[in-house]
Amino acid sequence: MTNKELVESLIYTKPEGLTSAVTHYCPGCTHGIAHRLLAEVIDEMGVREETIGIAPVGCAVFAYDYFNMDFAEAAHGRAPAMATGLKRVSPDKVVFTYQGDGDLASIGAGEILHAAGRGENITVIFINNAIYGMTGGQMAPTTLPGQRTTSTPLGRDVEMHGFPLRMCEILSQLDGAVYVVRRSLHNVANIRKAKKAIRQAFEVQRQGLGFSMVELLSSCPTNWGMSAAEALNWIEEHMLPAYPLGDYKVSPAISKHGGN
Amino acid sequence: MAKGRIVVNELYCKGCELCTSVCPKDLIQIAVDRFTPKGYHPAELVDPEGACTGCAICSIICPDAAITVYRWVPADKVKIKV
Repeated sequence: MTNKELVESLIYTKPEGLTSAVTHYCPGCTHGIAHRLLAEVIDEMGVREETIGIAPVGCAVFAYDYFNMDFAEAAHGRAPAMATGLKRVSPDKVVFTYQGDGDLASIGAGEILHAAGRGENITVIFINNAIYGMTGGQMAPTTLPGQRTTSTPLGRDVEMHGFPLRMCEILSQLDGAVYVVRRSLHNVANIRKAKKAIRQAFEVQRQGLGFSMVELLSSCPTNWGMSAAEALNWIEEHMLPAYPLGDYKVSPAISKHGGN
Repeated sequence: MAKGRIVVNELYCKGCELCTSVCPKDLIQIAVDRFTPKGYHPAELVDPEGACTGCAICSIICPDAAITVYRWVPADKVKIKV
């Protein structure tokens, strides 16, 4: 027998993994979407009490105020090193780092490379918005050729400033990395895919398989000088060709988790 | 068609307009007549005909988790989240 009487039910609300704090992010910044997805995944896995996040230096430096779970703040770029220590002394905890492109691909390039090379059993959430956000929109290692920033006002000239770094492609070459994927946050369909990838990365860690990283293409409306919606279009038009979405490394040991 | 509604928490809404750009029914507008405590014009549901289906797409793109979504569903199919 089925009950066809209609009742109003709650479909979605702010996840418990986020605190009640109002974030300092600019309107439309996809940092907020990434935070929300992480909190939802951690809530759904029921591991909030066992999770330790590592906040970076950059726009997400106050992430410890926004996530309703244990957090540590690392020196600039050193989040993978701190995560290594925390995971090794507390192997039963879920340890993740949340890093931007200035943090992970620039000053922290050595840390991330060696953490992946050692196959540390941690999860890295890498926010790639092709610019330094917090410091005022300077060129980042991930800035696209020709892209105007405050330190490349005529556009990034590859002869003068070099080429962008593609971290997923680099890290996927390392034997210690088991799950390295790139997703985007520029529309609803891709946000759903990003959430699944984050879930998979945490499952990889929970199964003790090794290093996992999810790169999320993100927007920076303020420093790109456009509206939030225009910035999402800019990701689609300019960043997707330079940073193709996809699974760069999925170890055969990974068994697909069910559901979600 | 399912019926639903959304509630925008104006403490969190920053008026970025992403929800207005993704609503399949075009039911979300920016309330230019008032400000949030942070000084933004908030998004609001303008749905005089009850066309909102509670599809939750606006809540998926909202960077500040400001949107709470409700939907009328048969009592035997109630679940907490999509």
